[in-house]
Amino acid sequence: MGIFHFGTTSFFNFSFLPRYLSFFVKGIEYTLLLSVTAVAVAVFPALLLAIMRLSKNRLIRSISGAYIAVFRSTPLMVQLSLVYFGIFGVIRLPAVTLFGFINISMFIPGVVALALNSAAYVAEIFRAGILAVDIGQTEAARSLGLSSWQSMSDVVLPQAIKNVLPALANELITMVKESSICSTLGMMELMWGAKTVASTTYITLGPYVLAALIYFAVNFPASKGIEAIERRMRRGDKK
Amino acid sequence: MTKNKLISVRDVYKEYNNGQVVALSGCNIDVERGEVVVIIGPSGSGKSTLLRSLNMLEPPTRGEIYFDGVNLAGRDVNVDLHRRKMGMVFQHFNLFPHKTVLQNITLAPVRLKLRPQKEATADAMRLLGRIGLSDKANEYPAMLSGGQKQRIAIIRALAMNPEVMLFDEPTSALDPEMVGEVLDLMQELAEGGMTMIIVTHEMGFAKEVASRAVFMDGGAILEDDTPTNVFEHPRNDRLKDFLSKLL
Repeated sequence: MGIFHFGTTSFFNFSFLPRYLSFFVKGIEYTLLLSVTAVAVAVFPALLLAIMRLSKNRLIRSISGAYIAVFRSTPLMVQLSLVYFGIFGVIRLPAVTLFGFINISMFIPGVVALALNSAAYVAEIFRAGILAVDIGQTEAARSLGLSSWQSMSDVVLPQAIKNVLPALANELITMVKESSICSTLGMMELMWGAKTVASTTYITLGPYVLAALIYFAVNFPASKGIEAIERRMRRGDKK
Repeated sequence: MTKNKLISVRDVYKEYNNGQVVALSGCNIDVERGEVVVIIGPSGSGKSTLLRSLNMLEPPTRGEIYFDGVNLAGRDVNVDLHRRKMGMVFQHFNLFPHKTVLQNITLAPVRLKLRPQKEATADAMRLLGRIGLSDKANEYPAMLSGGQKQRIAIIRALAMNPEVMLFDEPTSALDPEMVGEVLDLMQELAEGGMTMIIVTHEMGFAKEVASRAVFMDGGAILEDDTPTNVFEHPRNDRLKDFLSKLL
């Protein structure tokens, strides 16, 4: 049997669709909600970590450095398990359901784990963005009498954040893909939907092919869009 | 005499890499209120470092820098409070690109709670009127010419009502046709009695506007005299050499 057949191991057997379409629709909704929330939550600790990383105080710098090192050097799967079974094994969340299909007691640990992980990466993005702002901007602000914090918040950060928006959007795309790991704990996102359909119908490949197509259909246009925005921003920066 | 003294630099050294690079080696200089001091010298002579040490953008490795009687290089000095009274103008303007011209000028007075927004805006508009750029108030810096940017950078510093204005090669990054408008504004300030310290390569301007000229080389002040003596009757050999290369 080649790959061009329509048995249960066919790449192109989508006969499960009429019955199981909702697994994929709800799945991608869950995936998007999970990733967008995780990155949005990650932005705040990331900003703090980035500023700590650039601190003159060695202790503050190393705390941030250690956090970033740990979360970038261990697998997300391990972090997710530790957060889910460790932290949320102690903190019991109510089994409330959002939008009819998002179980809070699963969703929140997922968001927390992904956000803790993402914060380490976003912190590095912010750090690069802050360093990319010309030192003359800080000097001008300080020479006017602004404190180092006022210079950072009023002059440097607004410029840094604008510069890193494309990189942040890319982080979101990464998160859409990475969040598939949450399926292992039973979060009903896209990958979980594909797995469940495959094991229920014994159609082993089609559901995964469809999941791949959906991930691609979301991420590819998004990354092209970001590239276009980046090009326009570069043109806008020229004087 | 002494009560007119605004700035006093005492034995200031600036070293990098644990003394391997010496940018300033024992500088001494006094500046009185109302003086216009130009600092000249070859590149790498330490003139910008000296200027930038005056408001602690470049804190000295050792030595004292008195401003209004306070040693800014001392411990427990809130430099931010003193910087408000020391306007600084940079070679590359350093306007804030994400803020309009008006916001650039009012940011510090308002953020530091020196004036309410309304009053700061009125002040800024008056200053913009003075340099003929009222119509640019709501433009972003990217829309302005180099000369316009630098004149706005100057009034941004003036909006803090400083006691001294420090200029770090204010015309070096400008196209030649824009140098004049910036120098004119600086001359106007000088004639208005502003205390100014200017690092510059504009020798004609220096001769005409300065009340004193300082020549630096190798991190040291080698001559400190009237512009006539420095430019017309140089005594130091390195100054003679420097001036001959300019002609």
